[in-house]
This record gives sequence, C-alpha cells and structure tokens, in this order.
Amino acid sequence: MNDPNMNDPNVVIAAESLGKSYGALTAVAGINFRIHRGECFGFLGPNGAGKTSTMRMMQAVMAPTSGTLRVLGLDVAREGKAVRQRIGVCPQTDNLDVDLRVRENLLVYASYYGLSRSERERRADELLVFADLEAKANARVPELSGGMKRRLTIARALVNRPEVLLLDEPTTGLDPQARQQLWQKLRELKESGVTMVLSTHYMEEAERLCDRLVIMDHGKILTEGTPRALVESHVGREVATPSQVRPAGLEDVFLHLTGRGLDA
Amino acid sequence: MQPFFRGAWAVAARNLRVWRTMALASVLGNFGEPILYLLAMGFGLGRVVPPLDGMTYAEFIAPGLVVSTVMYTATFEMTYGSYTRMAEQGVWDAILATPVTPTELCMGELIYAGVKAGVGAVAVLLVVAAFGLVQSPLAVFVLPLGFVAGVLFASMALAVTTVSKSYEAFNYYFTLVVAPMFLFSGIFFPLEGSPRWLKLFAQVLPLTHVVQVSRACLRGTFDGTAAVHVAVVLAMTCGGVALAAAGARRRLNH
Repeated sequence: MNDPNMNDPNVVIAAESLGKSYGALTAVAGINFRIHRGECFGFLGPNGAGKTSTMRMMQAVMAPTSGTLRVLGLDVAREGKAVRQRIGVCPQTDNLDVDLRVRENLLVYASYYGLSRSERERRADELLVFADLEAKANARVPELSGGMKRRLTIARALVNRPEVLLLDEPTTGLDPQARQQLWQKLRELKESGVTMVLSTHYMEEAERLCDRLVIMDHGKILTEGTPRALVESHVGREVATPSQVRPAGLEDVFLHLTGRGLDA
Repeated sequence: MQPFFRGAWAVAARNLRVWRTMALASVLGNFGEPILYLLAMGFGLGRVVPPLDGMTYAEFIAPGLVVSTVMYTATFEMTYGSYTRMAEQGVWDAILATPVTPTELCMGELIYAGVKAGVGAVAVLLVVAAFGLVQSPLAVFVLPLGFVAGVLFASMALAVTTVSKSYEAFNYYFTLVVAPMFLFSGIFFPLEGSPRWLKLFAQVLPLTHVVQVSRACLRGTFDGTAAVHVAVVLAMTCGGVALAAAGARRRLNH
C-alpha cells in the first residue's frame, strides 16, 4: 500500500478502485471511499446501483473482482474469516433461524463466533433488552412482527461486540412506525460509538442517520459528503415546485445528478 | 478446541438443538420403515425362504435393515434438510456471515448427520434385538459404524445438494442411487452365488460394505474379510467428505 492513509487507525474501511462484475455485468465500477471510526456512513442509491454488492464485499462474503478493499486493516479477499470475526451484519432480507426461538437465535449465533457459554448467555440477555424483546424471548420467529424481526436481526449482528456494523437497507419493508423505532435504536448504537455503514434508498433515512454518505448509481459514486453539504452544493437550500417552496433534500441532489428520481 | 472444529461443532450443535426439540417424532420415523420391512419380509416372506448360511431369513436381513436406516436418515437430512437450510431458510447465509467458513459449515452438517444416523441405527438395533435377532455383543459397534456410515452417506448426499438448483434433483438421486443401493447391497439376498454383473455392481455401492460389517457385528463373525470392508467404508468416507467439502466451497464462495 503506497497510500499512507491505508495505515491510518481512524480509517476503518478503505476501498481503492474497488470493482465487482458478474460475467459481463458490472455491478461496482471501480469506486474509492474511506469510512472513519465512529461515524455512520451511508450508501444511497436506487435499486441496482451497486450498494448491495459493495456491502457484501465489505462483509467479506464476496470477493472483489478488481481493486482492493480493507476492513479494519485486513484484506477482505485473503483475511475474510478474521474480518467477519470483528464485524456485525444485518442483511437486507431477514434470515433469522426459523427453527429456533428468539433467545436461541442469539445464543446459537454467538456460538458461531466462538463465545464461551457464559458469555453467550450474557450477550443474549443484554441484547434482548436492547431490542425490547425480553417478553418474546421464547417466541417463535414467525410470531414476530416485521419490526421485531429487524430488531432481533440487528441484535444478532451485535453478539460478537462488532467494531463495525454493516446494515443493508435496514428498514426496507417496514411500516413508518416500526421504521421510527428502528432509527431510534440505530441512533442509540451510534452514540455508543459503533461505526455504522448503511445502505438505503430512503433519503430520509440517510439524512437522519448518516454523518457522511455517497450517492451511487450504475456502480459508480456520483458524489460524497455530509447530507447538508450535498444538498447545499448541488441544489441549494430550497426547492421550488409548481405548488410550493420546500426545504431541499437528498432526493433533490439525486434528481440533480441523474435527472431522475430515486425510485425510478 | 481448535478454531476449525469450533466452527464445525457450532453448526452441528445448532442442528442437534433443532433435532432435539422433535427427537421423539424423528426417532419414531427411524423405527417405522425398517420394522415394516422386518415384519413383512423377515417374518412374512421369510417363512418360505430356506435358512441362509445357518440364519433364518429374518436374522439374515436384520443387520442390513439396521444400516439401511443409516443411509436413509443421513440422505434425507443432507438432501431435503440441508437444501432447505441452504436455499429456503437462509440459515447457511446467516452462518456464512460469521467466521464460519463453507468447509466448516459442511463438516458441521456431516457431523450432525452422522450423529443422527448413529442414533437411528441404535434405535433399530434395539427393536431387532427385541425380536431376538442379535447374536453377539459385538453389535454395540453398530453405534460407531452408524456414525461413520452416516457421514459417508451424508457426504454423498451433500455433494448432490451443493449442485442442486431445486428439490427436483433429489428425486433422481433417490431413484437412481439410493433405491438401487437399498436393493442390491446384499441386505435381502446373499451376493455369493449372484450373477457376476450384480456382484461387481454391488462392490461399488458403499452400502454393500456397510451391510457386511453390520452383519459381522450382529453375528459375532468379525474376521479379516470384515476388516477389509471396514477399510473400504473408511476410504469411501474420506473420499465422500472431500467431495462434499469441495462442493460446498464451490457453491458457497462467491
């Protein structure tokens, strides 16, 4: 690594010309970014922008096809096991263990990280409290609401006390109330000092949670900055629509950069 | 414990935990079919079959039925069971997001199937013993035999699962591999005196060698020939495990 920043202890994740292609299809087209300790960093973009491929490479479950990606100073392609030991992952689709009860999901998941029996028990109880699921400890997974399942999935991602938490579209599919509740949990986590990386196609989510973010489209990063700076530099403070003048948001940034809306 | 076995054991323990909650129903399932075969073939058909090698027909087929349970238990578990965990429930995806590697996951699945198959074999052995069809205390070796043979059949099935795109593939595997193995491995008739093609065919079927070891244990006639069969079973198990692990790495490393 010629780049001195690669060894900066405050850089938790660093991508250099990172690319991923599936045969002829390029999902991620050579992107660069750095994520710092303690921040919440977002990947915003429409479906198919390359967010999930980028997330999966950071999770060390999928190898890059070009460039380099280091998580906690480790190369994801060569040291994937060591990376996974130190991160937490909340996947896009729920994959809670439906054969196990709520508390068992935490106990069993902790065993994959090699936690001792007493530590597994302690973590399971702590995380049930964190996820407001103490009353559901012995419930079966299919009995949980969508919001409860998400909270359990995030709790599960924390069993190994990860240094980085990767959240792939954490609130997709949730109703507005459950989304608000989840954002509250994520803010609590951020305040506790966990570095968070999240992908989303909700502008509001990115604006509320992220310290910094990149906007992705067609596998490329279009722009990077704080939510406020992005809005101010690309569209100004307010947007005039035919019927009203309203505060500008990240959706307007995306519109400005691509000429189309995020849900397009 | 070494980290490698820690990961594999965590996976096996997860499956055993799930199995434990429904162990009774599942062990009854193990009993069911072999006992039906024992009653219909052993005591029904057996009345018109002359003694073989000094054994009644029921005595002759009992050791094979004990290990056919091993084959069916391990195969069902590593086809339909594993495919469900892999492709339907997302259990494997969740596991692979942790430090557990595809190879460790594969080993954990195989250990679990081996344990379940070994327990199934002992369950059937107890029933067979209750019918007075066990002649030797060497029959206790059915437990380790059931475990090793369970891993063998599990590894074959898991190798198939790692190349399957849907449950459909398992119909072929059961019809083309498992059923012929059940019928032509010397469970129901002695291979000595069979046509040459059948004898040769039987030698490539893993179950043939497992049946011979089981019969030697239940009759107490463990000799050099039986030892050769043990060696064949162990060699086939190593080959099968290597194949399943390679399949898991190919399917699960993205």
